[in-house]
Amino acid sequence: MNDVLDVLLRLVAVLVAFLVLPLLVGQTEHKVMAHMQGRLGPMYAGGFHGWAQLVADGVKFAQKEDVVPTGADRRIFQLAPAIALLPYLVVLIVIPVGPNGFVGQIVDAGLFFVLAVMGVGVLGALMAGWASANKFSLLGGLRTAAQLMAYELPMLLAAASVAMAAGTLSLPGIVHAFHWWWVPWQIIGALVFFTAGLAELQRPPFDMPVADSEIIFGAYTEYTGLRFALFLLAEYAGIVVLCVLTTVLFLGGWHGPWSDSLGWVWTLLKSALLAFVVIWLRVSYPRLREDQLQKLAWTALIPLALVQIALTGVVKVVIQ
Amino acid sequence: MGQGLDSLRKQIIETVVDVAEVTVQATHHVAADYFDGYSVVGLVAVLGVLFVAVAFGAGRLLRPVAPTREKMLTYECGVDPVGEGWAHTQIRYYVYSFLYVIFAVDAIFLFPWATIFAAPGFGGTTLVEMFVFIGFLAVGLLYAWKKGVLEWT
Repeated sequence: MNDVLDVLLRLVAVLVAFLVLPLLVGQTEHKVMAHMQGRLGPMYAGGFHGWAQLVADGVKFAQKEDVVPTGADRRIFQLAPAIALLPYLVVLIVIPVGPNGFVGQIVDAGLFFVLAVMGVGVLGALMAGWASANKFSLLGGLRTAAQLMAYELPMLLAAASVAMAAGTLSLPGIVHAFHWWWVPWQIIGALVFFTAGLAELQRPPFDMPVADSEIIFGAYTEYTGLRFALFLLAEYAGIVVLCVLTTVLFLGGWHGPWSDSLGWVWTLLKSALLAFVVIWLRVSYPRLREDQLQKLAWTALIPLALVQIALTGVVKVVIQ
Repeated sequence: MGQGLDSLRKQIIETVVDVAEVTVQATHHVAADYFDGYSVVGLVAVLGVLFVAVAFGAGRLLRPVAPTREKMLTYECGVDPVGEGWAHTQIRYYVYSFLYVIFAVDAIFLFPWATIFAAPGFGGTTLVEMFVFIGFLAVGLLYAWKKGVLEWT
């Protein structure tokens, strides 16, 4: 009975984190972007600095008519948002937040599992792009697929470098093995991982698949209401997962003063800082062109990731 | 003499059976633990499906349904669509997908190797072996680059 309760509690905690953290990131993005651009951002909803803006948005989305174009591939079109969203929920359960088993579920090959499941989300965008029966959506979906192929590799290679350093694929194991000097040692890998993650999420400056000036809104053009909201939620859940994962792999996760009792605070704090950087990059950089996108991945990030692997391997063998 | 041999044989068989039983139990145990972890992961997936189902169901109750012919037309870019939605496009990405597959296979080898290459009994030689492997792939990438595969136009 206790075991069942324990599992239930973990499941509920993961679902709550999955629904609340993306909203926090979204609201922060509203406000931070606004202030960086000399605006105020939402101020009305909820009274205090527009804190309830995203709740209001959600209510609006739920009340909107659900339009499926006659020309679309109906089933696939309707299923796509769920496919895009769910991988991020599943990933959250294996991410360690604090020491002493503060994790939804320890999985032996956690790192491998996370990378594999995160790749599935892109299928959602591809399905949406194909099923919409819309030329721009199709282009957007194909761009998404190409982007996944280009950026999945540097991401995998950078993650492999951490696995080499720690000698394990278990996420809590990796954080356990962490020492502060890993940060300078793995800095190339960290930058490559974070950049590639941004590109996989199609966040600016890597948002060519949804470039509004060229292809309207890419794969999501035909979506309205709740299904559109789920796509948006997937994007922000993706930001949360990417930031927490970068924290766990490269920034020492729960390590920090009083990590025994306050470990989870450190994880969240570091992730929040990274989320701020994600927003900052959106405001600062112009969109990369499609060929520049591919070029950056194949001619800069992959060689850099390979260099990091060599560096990790040599240092690890020398200090053993 | 014959009796002694018999009892020895009996003993050996018993020991072998014992060992086998222990091994079977151990693998059972490890396998059970291993899949226990993933059963919770499976539960999360079920929870996710439930969440989406409830969201879509609630949405169905909340939203209006008032379709018209114009509304159901593909939006595209605001102008009435011309021709077919699944238009012919030149997909220039297919070469990238070849490159991707090659490196993805490499990554599969890389991960298990990463957990043991610095363990006692491995070390420098194991590292060099992987460098040779990755070196081949890197040369392949360099070749593709030189051939202009990574150029757009």
